Amino acid sequence: MSAEETPAALASPGGPGDVPELEVRDLHVVYPGRRGRSPARAVDGVNLRIGRGEIVALIGESGCGKSTLARALVGLIRPTGGQVLYQGTPLDYSGRALKRYRRHVQLVLQDPGGALNPKQNVYDAVAEGPRLHRLTEGLPQTVHGSLARAGLRPPEDFVARYPHELSGGQQQRVVIAGALALNPSVLVADEPVASLDASVRGEILRLLLDLRDGLGLSALVVSHDLGLAWNIADRVAVMYLGRVVEQGPVEQVLLRPRHPYTQALLSVLPDARPDWRPTLLAGEPPDPTAVPPGCRFHPRCPRWAAATGERRAAAACDRRELPVLPAVAAATGVAAAAACHLLEPMEPSEPTILENA
Amino acid sequence: MNGTALLDVRDLTVTYRGAGGPIPAVRGVGFRLERGDTLGVAGESGSGKSTMALSLLRLAGTSAKVSGQVLFEGEDLLTVRWSRLRAVRWAGASVVFQGAMNALNPVRTVLEQIVEPIVLHERTRVREAARRAADLLESVGIPRRRMRSHPHEFSGGQRQRVMIAMALACDPDLIIADEPTTALDVMVQAQILELLAGLVRDSRVAVIMISHDLSVLAHACDRLAVMYAGRIVELGPARQVIADPRHPYTRALSRAFPTIGDPASRLAPSGLAGDPPRPTELPEGCSFAARCPVVMDACRSRETELWPAGRDRTAACLRVLPDAADAQTAAARSSAAPGPAAAPEQDPDLEGAGAE
Repeated sequence: MSAEETPAALASPGGPGDVPELEVRDLHVVYPGRRGRSPARAVDGVNLRIGRGEIVALIGESGCGKSTLARALVGLIRPTGGQVLYQGTPLDYSGRALKRYRRHVQLVLQDPGGALNPKQNVYDAVAEGPRLHRLTEGLPQTVHGSLARAGLRPPEDFVARYPHELSGGQQQRVVIAGALALNPSVLVADEPVASLDASVRGEILRLLLDLRDGLGLSALVVSHDLGLAWNIADRVAVMYLGRVVEQGPVEQVLLRPRHPYTQALLSVLPDARPDWRPTLLAGEPPDPTAVPPGCRFHPRCPRWAAATGERRAAAACDRRELPVLPAVAAATGVAAAAACHLLEPMEPSEPTILENA
Repeated sequence: MNGTALLDVRDLTVTYRGAGGPIPAVRGVGFRLERGDTLGVAGESGSGKSTMALSLLRLAGTSAKVSGQVLFEGEDLLTVRWSRLRAVRWAGASVVFQGAMNALNPVRTVLEQIVEPIVLHERTRVREAARRAADLLESVGIPRRRMRSHPHEFSGGQRQRVMIAMALACDPDLIIADEPTTALDVMVQAQILELLAGLVRDSRVAVIMISHDLSVLAHACDRLAVMYAGRIVELGPARQVIADPRHPYTRALSRAFPTIGDPASRLAPSGLAGDPPRPTELPEGCSFAARCPVVMDACRSRETELWPAGRDRTAACLRVLPDAADAQTAAARSSAAPGPAAAPEQDPDLEGAGAE
C-alpha cells in the first residue's frame, strides 16, 4: 500500500463534474541554489483543486512550501513544472494575461499594516486595484460597496481615514475590501489572521465565510493553524516539505487523520487536558534543499520509527518514492487521500463524510 | 496565607508619558505567586500584559511611571537601589523575551552569552561558568558541538531554547516569559512548552508566562490572569477559567480558539465585535461594556473590581456579584446566554472565596 485514496462514493457538494475555479496540476517550484547550495524544491509536486464556492485550507509549518504555492496560484511565481489552471484554462504568463488573471484571483496577505500604504487613505487603498485595471466607472460606488461587504459600515466613516487610525482588524478589512473591489472569484489568503488579536480573528474568519455564502467566492486559506481549518474550511490539505501529504474533507482529516504527520500536528495543539500527550517529532526541521529519499517524512516519522524490521522491509519508506497525491474532489473520484507507505487500514465502521452525505 | 510570598504584586500601575498626556497602560494589578507557581497572563495587544510583566523588574522603559508595590521575597523592587535591582534581575528573577533573534547578541556565541551573567553575578571563574553554561545548554537540548555557534546559525526554536538556558543561568526563583512561543511552529511550540514544564517540575522555579494564546497558557500554567484595558478582569485556576469563564471577555477569548471536533465551532468562527478602548479614552464603568454581549445598564456607570467568583477565583464583572440577578432586567436575562452568576450552585464557592 502506498498512497491511499478514499473513493468518492456518492454525490458531491458544489457541482462535482464542473471545472474547478482554480486548480494546480503536478506543480513544482524550484528555487535555484545559491552559493553552491542545492536548489530548494519549495513545491515538489502538488495537485489541488478549489471548487466554486469552496474554502480550502492549506496547512503546514514554516518552510513547507505553502506560501510559495499560494504565490504560484496568483501568478506571482512562475512554476518550474506543472500547471495552474483558472476555470480550466492554463495560466498565460504574458504580462497582459497575468494582469487580467489577477482581477479574478486576488491575494490577501498576512500583515495588513505592511500591506497598506501609510500615506494612502482608505478610499485610495481600495480604489488602487480598479484604477490599475482602468475600471474607474462608478468607482466611488465600487469602493463604498467593497468596504461595506468587508464589514466597514457605514463606508463614509472610513474612506477618509489613514491606516494608522484603524485597528488591526479594520486594516485587514480594508485589505480584503481592496481585493473585493475587483470583483474576484477566488481569494488566496496567506495567514489572513495570524497577526490579528484573538477576538478579531473570529470576525475576519466570519467575513471570509460570509463572502463565500453571499458572493459565492472560492478561497484558498494558507495557515499554520488547524483550528482555522476547523472554523471555516470545507476541505483541508496538509503540506510537508513541498508535498501535500494528506487532504480531504475537514471532518475526516482533522477527526480521523491517517497520515502520521497530520496526527502529530493535531497532537501538539496545546490542550488543558491533564493527559495531554503530544507526539513531538524528533530530528531536524525539514529542509527543501535536502529532501530525503523515499518518503520525505520518514526521518521524523514515529510510525516508521516504531515499525518492526519485517514491516520496515516491506514498506521501505526510506527508499521507495511515494506518488504525488491526486487532487481531492468529487470529479477526480477521490474524497480523501494520504501519502504514506505505512497507513493503518481504515476501520470499516468509520464512514467517510462523503459516504454520509 | 502563610509567610512571605515569592512575589506579591499590589496595585501595580504603569502610566506612559504620551504627547497628548498620560497613557495609562496598567491600572492597578495585584496577584501573589509562590515558589513553583505558574501564572499565565492572557490578553490582546494593548491590554498591558507585557508592560505589566516587564515593569515587575523595572524594565518598562524610562517613559513609564510605575507605582504600587512589587514585593519580591518581601523586598519592594520598585524602590530598591539600582545595584540591588541588578542583582535581583538574573539571580532572583529573569526574563525570556519574545523574539529571541533580537534579544540575543548576534556577534557572540551562545555559550559566551550564558557565561557572561554567571561570571558577573556569581563571581565564578570563566572556566567554571563555561562548564555550567554548557550543562544548561545541554539541558535545554542544544548539543555541545553547537555551543560555540552564533545565534543566526540556530533555528527559531533553538534560539528560544538558548534564551531559556540564559534565563536559568543564575538559578533564579522566577522566570518571566513574554510570549515565549509566539512565532514558532506548533511542533516547536510544543517542544518549548514541554521544556518549560520540565523545568518547573524539576527546579520549582516560578513562572509568569505572557501570551495572547489561551490554549498555550491553559496547558502550561496552573493559574490564569486575563487582562483587558490595563486590568486583570479574571483570575483563577487555569483550567477552570477556560472551561467555565466568569467574565464575558474571557468567554469570548476562549471561544476564539476553537477545539477541533467541537461541533459548535465548525464553520462558525467566534469573535468579538469592536475594539478595545483607547487607553486615553477609557469609558466610565466597566471598560469592556462597549463590546460585552451581556452588558447591563449598571455596567456603564459602576466601576468594577475583582470580586470573588468561586473558589480561588475572582472576576471583574458585575454579573458575578450575588445581587447581579436583581440588577439585571428580566429582558436581559432571557435574551442573553445564562449569566455567570445565574447558577445558584456556585454560592458555596462564593462564600469560600470571600472568607479568604
